Amino acid sequence: MRTKVRKKVEKKPYAYQMPFLGFFALLLVWDVLARFSGWSREVFPGPVVVLVSMGELLADGTLVRHTAASLFRVTVGFYLAAGLGIPMGIALGMMKTTRSLINPLIQFLRPISPLAWIPLAMLWFGIGDPPAIFLIFLSSFFPLVVSTTIAVDGVNPTYFHVAANFNFSRTEIITRLVIPAIIPEVVTALRMTVTISWLVVVAAEMIAVQSGLGFLILDSRNALRMDYVMDGMIAIGLVGLTLDYLMRQLGALEATRWRKMTQ
Amino acid sequence: MGRIYIEKLNKTYANRRRDPRRDDDPLLGQGDRVTVLFDIDLNILDGEMVCFLGPSGCGKSTLLRIIAGFESPSDGRVQINDKPVKGPSADHIFVFQHSGLFPWMTVAENVGLGLRHLKNQRERNEQVSEYIEMVELDGFEQHYPRQLSGGMQRRAELARALAVNPDIMIMDEPFSGLDFLTHMKMREEVVNMHAFIQKTILLVTHNIDDALIMGDRIVILGDSPTRVIMDRTLGFPRPRDFEKSSELSLLRSELFLMMGVNYAV
Repeated sequence: MRTKVRKKVEKKPYAYQMPFLGFFALLLVWDVLARFSGWSREVFPGPVVVLVSMGELLADGTLVRHTAASLFRVTVGFYLAAGLGIPMGIALGMMKTTRSLINPLIQFLRPISPLAWIPLAMLWFGIGDPPAIFLIFLSSFFPLVVSTTIAVDGVNPTYFHVAANFNFSRTEIITRLVIPAIIPEVVTALRMTVTISWLVVVAAEMIAVQSGLGFLILDSRNALRMDYVMDGMIAIGLVGLTLDYLMRQLGALEATRWRKMTQ
Repeated sequence: MGRIYIEKLNKTYANRRRDPRRDDDPLLGQGDRVTVLFDIDLNILDGEMVCFLGPSGCGKSTLLRIIAGFESPSDGRVQINDKPVKGPSADHIFVFQHSGLFPWMTVAENVGLGLRHLKNQRERNEQVSEYIEMVELDGFEQHYPRQLSGGMQRRAELARALAVNPDIMIMDEPFSGLDFLTHMKMREEVVNMHAFIQKTILLVTHNIDDALIMGDRIVILGDSPTRVIMDRTLGFPRPRDFEKSSELSLLRSELFLMMGVNYAV
C-alpha cells in the first residue's frame, strides 16, 4: 500500500510535462509535413514561418486587437445568455405547466444552428457587434435553458418536502434550495456553452464585422497569407484553452464543493 | 401539544399498473383503485411514543406521510390538536428514511434551518450549538453531510428536527441502514431524548425489538388492505430488557408470530 502511494507522488512531475510533450510532437509532425509535402510555403507554411509572422502580428498589435474584439463579443453574448437563460431554466424547472407550454418551442429552436440565423441577424441588427453578439447569445442561451431545467428537475423531491416542512417561502425555496442544488450542473453547462460561443464567434466574424479573429482569418485568406490564417487559428486555440481553464476554476468554487465530498 | 386524532382514514390510489394509460379517465377514479389504508382509527395522546410495525409495503409510510401533510387522505379525518391537517408544517417535522439533510449546507446551517425566525444572530448560533451538542456532534459544525458517517447524518437530522421544537416528530425507519452498534446507540438516544423533551413521536420500523424497547405504544398494521390489527399500550418501565422480563418476552413472541415468524431467537 505504502509503495503504491509513493509511486503516485513520484509520478506527478511527469504529469505536468506530458501536455507539453504533446504540443512538441505536434510541432515536429507539422514541420516534417511542411518540409516534405512538396507544397510551397504560401500554401502550407511550416511552424517556423508561422511563428515569425505571429511575431509580426504581435508587434504591430493586430493580433491583440482582434483577440480583444472577439473576446468582447463572446463576453457580452455569453453574459446575456447566462443572465437570461439560467433564470428561465429555473422558472421552467419549477413551473410544470409553463414548461409544457414553452419547452416544445425551445426544443424546436435549439437544433437550428446559430449560423442559420446569420441572414436574419444581419438584416435585423446591421453590421458590427450587435449581430455577432446576437448569434453568440443564441448559441449559448438554449443549451443553458435546457441544462438548467434538467438540473432543477433532477433535484431530489425529498428536499422539497423538507422545505415545506420547515415552512420555506417561495423565495427561500429558490435561494436556499434550488440554486445551491443546481450550481454544480450549471457550472458544467457554462463550461460547455463558453466553448460553443467561442466556436460561433469566429464564424460570425467572418460575415458581419471588420474585426476579431474570424475577420483576421478571412482577411488573411483574401490576401493569400496562410501563415496569418494559422496565426489566427493558434490564437483561437489558445484563448479557448484559457477560457476552459477559467471555467474549470469555477468548478472549484466553494459553492460546488459539497458535491465532490464523500464520506 | 401533540394530540393526533384519526378517524375512518382511507387512502386509495388509481391502479396504474393495470390501467396505465387511462389515468385521466374519470371512470377510473371510481372503479379500478387500490386501497392502501382502510378505515384507520387512531387516537394518539400528547407525548406518546408510538411505534408502527407491519410488513413491507403495507402503507406505514403512507400513513405517516398523510399525518405529516405531504399527502391527503382519500376519505376520513386527520386532526392534530383538534385542527385538520392542511399540509406540511414546522409543528410536525418529518425525519426522512434516507437523509433529508441539505448536502450543500454544513451541519450548523442545516440545524439552523429550524431557527430562521430568530433574528438575533448570536442567539441563533447559541441555540444551533446547543442542539448540535445534544446529539454529540460538536466539532462537526462546519462539516458537510457527505463528510459524516451514516449514523452522524441521522443524528444531525435529529438535531435539525429538534431545533424546530415541533409538537410532533415523525420518523420513517430512522435506523435503517445503520450498523448494529450505531443502531443500538441511536435507539438509546431517541429514548433518552423522548424522556427529556416529552414530545409526541411517531416511528415506523421493521424491527420488533425496536418497537418493544422504545414504544409507549405499539400499533401493528396488517396487509392489503391495511388496517390496524393490534394497538397496545406498553406499561413496562425503562430500561427494558425482554430477556429479564417474562411478560415482555411473551409479548415479543406473540408479535413475531403475528408477523409470520414462528420461532424467533
